[in-house]
Amino acid sequence: MNDPVVVAEDLETVLGGRRIWSGVSFAIAPRSFTVVLGPNGVGKSTLLKAILGLQPLSGGTLRVLGAAAGADRRRIGYVPQRGAFDESVRVRGLDVVRLGLDGTRWGVPLPGRARREERARIDEVVRLVEAEGYASRSIGKLSGGEQQRLIIAQALVRDPPLLLLDEPLDSLDLSAQASMAALVQRICRERGVAVVMVAHDVNPILPYLDEVIYLAGGTAVSGSPEAVITSETLSALYGTDVEVLRAADGRLVVVGQPEAPAFHTDRHHR
Amino acid sequence: MTAVAIASPFSFSFMVNALRAGTIVAVLAGALGWFMVLRRQTFVGHTLSLVGFPGAAGATLLGISPVVGYFAFCTGAAALVSALPTGGSARGFTEESAVVGSVQSLLLASGFLFVSLYAGNLGGLSSLLFGSFLGITARQVLALLAVALPAVVLLAALGRPLLFASVDPQVAGAAGVPVRAVSVAFPLLVLPPAAAQALTLRPAAGLLLSVGIGVGATWAGLLLAYYLPYPTGAFITTLSFAVYVIARIVRSIRHRRS
Repeated sequence: MNDPVVVAEDLETVLGGRRIWSGVSFAIAPRSFTVVLGPNGVGKSTLLKAILGLQPLSGGTLRVLGAAAGADRRRIGYVPQRGAFDESVRVRGLDVVRLGLDGTRWGVPLPGRARREERARIDEVVRLVEAEGYASRSIGKLSGGEQQRLIIAQALVRDPPLLLLDEPLDSLDLSAQASMAALVQRICRERGVAVVMVAHDVNPILPYLDEVIYLAGGTAVSGSPEAVITSETLSALYGTDVEVLRAADGRLVVVGQPEAPAFHTDRHHR
Repeated sequence: MTAVAIASPFSFSFMVNALRAGTIVAVLAGALGWFMVLRRQTFVGHTLSLVGFPGAAGATLLGISPVVGYFAFCTGAAALVSALPTGGSARGFTEESAVVGSVQSLLLASGFLFVSLYAGNLGGLSSLLFGSFLGITARQVLALLAVALPAVVLLAALGRPLLFASVDPQVAGAAGVPVRAVSVAFPLLVLPPAAAQALTLRPAAGLLLSVGIGVGATWAGLLLAYYLPYPTGAFITTLSFAVYVIARIVRSIRHRRS
């Protein structure tokens, strides 16, 4: 049971005629918390889509849950980067969570034992993400952090061994970011789920992390945060002198990285 | 005391047919409309209900049954609106209303063109545009049932994937829901579902409530129109609108309490 959940060797992908990244290799252990870091437009979301099997690869081998990527997408929980639900979406949080369980099923749901068991599973994941207090309110009226917790509950309700989160901390304030990171770590440990999360800033999540995949300069390095987020490793990755400074409060600051591209491509395509 | 004898509305076949047709439409529209309001596609619904007009006018011009024209144009317009790119972004802004508006004005204009090309007497422009409730034959009720029944069954079968695709298209697509494939009498189509969504957050209860409000408003409107000298459509629309207004008031009172 300790085989890696994801094994990537020498991956390469091309999007719209442009090579996004190549030579990307990493392994993701069960129950681990991995974060994908890197500047805007470097292809972090594209990497998650490749693991899901939604982004074709032009090179390398990618094994996910012991099979080719995309072979069994139902065993992967996925939370894409998304704007908040509009206030006019008048559906309860509980119903949004339930869609993770039966949203792909045809026909009319019938009451009975199966339905009660589903209800118990939904209540359980809602408790796990600590959303009991607001899960029966209209999802559109909830705060960004509350919506994010319910969306994570939706992704977890089928008990997947792998959970992919695309920038779940985007648009949350700092304290909400830290409590979300603590929640994700608890999900890894208590539910035995391997989590791969795309993030912008490593600092709010640094205390909870196991592994880092750092994408930059068209390729990636992976390893423990202490090994990856160093002046030497990042300088080699960016191909220019980059300095990692540690502030007095323990925060890491990366100085001298090349300017981010003007376009954030992974925000504009679906 | 002289008793004024007014025959029971149920003794006339036109009234019975109107009630039958109204019930069928109210059930279908209540259920379909609930999803339409959730997906914010009420403008598309309005457009499709108008598109029957050029369809019927065109069919009459060609000397074929207006019913054929209704179906051809409504299906065609629905296909056109879902085929045209609407530029949906991850942030949820789309150009859908611009696309729908363009299709609507094109089709309305061709409807008026067909009417003027026909030059003869085209059985009342307003009944082509808005339909009429009180001239429905038993055959038309059967035709309506033949269309509505499969539609309701299909909607019941698609219900949950459609809800998933409406609330969360990206996740639904990744989970294997064919998002594109499941995407496809105006006051009944919008007001009862909008009222139901104001009253309850539960999808199943909302759907039933929407159907109930639609059927109730249709029956009450038809019976009022039987006794009072005003058009049926005005009563049905006004009653649906009244329920919608009450639902919004109830919602804001509840909101203030919580």
